[in-house]
Amino acid sequence: MTVVFLILAALTIAGAAAAMSLRSAIHCILALTLGLVGLAALFLQLGAQFVGFTQILVYVGAVAILAVFAIMMTHRASAPAEPILSASWLTGAIVAVAVFAVLAWAIHSTPALTPASLPQPEASVNQIGAALMHRFVLPLEIIGLLLTVALIGAVIVAMPEKQDTL
Amino acid sequence: MTPGTIDQIFVISKHWLLGYVPAMLQPVVSAILSVAPVLVVFPLLFAITTVLERKGLGRIQNRYGPNRVGPFGFSQPIADGIKSLTKEDIVPRSADQVVHFLAPLLLVLAAFLAYAVLPIGRNMVIVNLNAGVLFFFAVGSMVELAVFMAGWSSRSKYSLLGAMRAVAQMISYEIPLVLASIVIIMASGSLSTVAIVNLQSGYTSIWPHWFLFTPWGFAGFILFMIAATAESNRSPFDLPEGESEIIAGYYIEYSGFKFALFFLGEYLGMFATSGLAITLFLGGWSAPFSFLTWIPSYLWFFAKLLVIICAFIWVRGTFPRLRMDQLMGLAWKFMLPMALLNIFTAGVWHFMPAGIARWLLCSALLLAPCLLLSRGLKQGRKLQVRTYRFAE
Amino acid sequence: MSPLNAYLLLSASLFSIGLTGALTRRNAILVLIGIELMLNAANLNFIAFWRYGPHPEALTGIMFAIFSISVAAAEAAVGLGIILAVHRHLKTTDLDQMNSMKG
Repeated sequence: MTVVFLILAALTIAGAAAAMSLRSAIHCILALTLGLVGLAALFLQLGAQFVGFTQILVYVGAVAILAVFAIMMTHRASAPAEPILSASWLTGAIVAVAVFAVLAWAIHSTPALTPASLPQPEASVNQIGAALMHRFVLPLEIIGLLLTVALIGAVIVAMPEKQDTL
Repeated sequence: MTPGTIDQIFVISKHWLLGYVPAMLQPVVSAILSVAPVLVVFPLLFAITTVLERKGLGRIQNRYGPNRVGPFGFSQPIADGIKSLTKEDIVPRSADQVVHFLAPLLLVLAAFLAYAVLPIGRNMVIVNLNAGVLFFFAVGSMVELAVFMAGWSSRSKYSLLGAMRAVAQMISYEIPLVLASIVIIMASGSLSTVAIVNLQSGYTSIWPHWFLFTPWGFAGFILFMIAATAESNRSPFDLPEGESEIIAGYYIEYSGFKFALFFLGEYLGMFATSGLAITLFLGGWSAPFSFLTWIPSYLWFFAKLLVIICAFIWVRGTFPRLRMDQLMGLAWKFMLPMALLNIFTAGVWHFMPAGIARWLLCSALLLAPCLLLSRGLKQGRKLQVRTYRFAE
Repeated sequence: MSPLNAYLLLSASLFSIGLTGALTRRNAILVLIGIELMLNAANLNFIAFWRYGPHPEALTGIMFAIFSISVAAAEAAVGLGIILAVHRHLKTTDLDQMNSMKG
């Protein structure tokens, strides 16, 4: 557990916690962006370069911007003092703490399956491309189809309805 | 001093300096020695570009540019720097203080990070990433978030409108930008910028192997440069920051040094994208003819960069500004189909045997849809004879 | 604690933070953000197991993470489209007020 891992982990958890607890929605998205960048740095530390850069490109460059646009379009300038937690927040918090407790117990009580120090595996872009074209070609095509459907679906769902004027 | 030594002078001096550093500190000092030249050279280039642009635009518009400060006005950046450092930093009271402060920092950070993968000379790249081009685009997409933060945190109608327009423009033009560079990645088989430049540094007789000298490379270069102009919000795509339209758009409420940081970030982004265009299409640091290889590689890189900067300034002084709907129509209806067609053409080029046939076929595959698409998109709007109405 | 355990614990805590946000916030968009955080925690799990697990040359963890990122982006787009459509109809994104199927 090196110092770099501890710093990045602290950054990511701080960003995630801030994302879930700040009052202003846009501040939440910016804190989430910080958490996601911390995660991308953790991916880079684990040696998965392609995934780390894809994470920044997709999440920070697209999903975060989409979320801030959505917040801007659904923003109501009035009512700044409404509660930020829903009515059933206590149940939700208890469930989340229970989930974390179960997961932490499972992680802690499992004996180590693999040796603690393994050589850094190599995942060059060439190998990822070759894998995408040979072993994972079916998921690749399905992802293409899924993204097309999602694009068309999102446009249709968010389009304003045609107003029939008399 | 052989030409090879002058070419590698920076690499040799860095290794020489590292010899004096204890072994434990060597990685840190090596990183600092690699990064410091970039941090010094590119802001200097920014200063030179500001005065070059103002004088160039002035001459295009039939007037002198700034000519008071220093010889022929070339010390103008010093005066600009002193002005921006000493101006009062006004932050609106209703602005979001933290986000307002962080936005220019994020912009400059993202712009500087992009230089990490550009090979400026032979063996002169800060870090040779296996997925270098992907890193460049990932870092470039952080600029959009910084622009939005700047516009939203100012809590002003004009800045929010400018920010939304700027972000919409930037995400629309990011797609042709990435698709135009995918052609190069296909042709070179690697995402590493060093590998792409090394592939282009050979010569057949005196002609270089640059990707620009192929039909799909030429079309890709044009698409890339148009998309790069739009990504850096330069004229003719500068509606989000046009001074006559929206009073400087998303950085209205910034003054003093933060305003200068926005300009720095925008110009650095422009240099970085031009640097990537040079790396992908123009052969990076390789000389245009085989008998000119005695000139050091970094001089060739900066010469090509200066040519592209002059082209940017020329385009700014020549074309009128595009309206928002014209801009978005250009991105989605013209450049996206052309970029996809470019990828197809590159595939056709790869599978045909070398010769005049594949040149003709690929050029036809690119020119015909370009003409048809541009004709079709004009929708037969005829220019009318101008009529005048006089007050009675 | 081996490095793998550390990464798994970090992933579990990110997952539960995301779950807390998804279950307790009022704004629909922030619930979606919580879901995105949970997906990211799962991605971290995949990459950690790829790095410290058997057969890393099969690149299964990396592939799964790449596909998971794509699916999450598509789902965020569609989800935000739905939230915009609901906002247009009900004039609010408050989940506590969306409690009737009528209208």
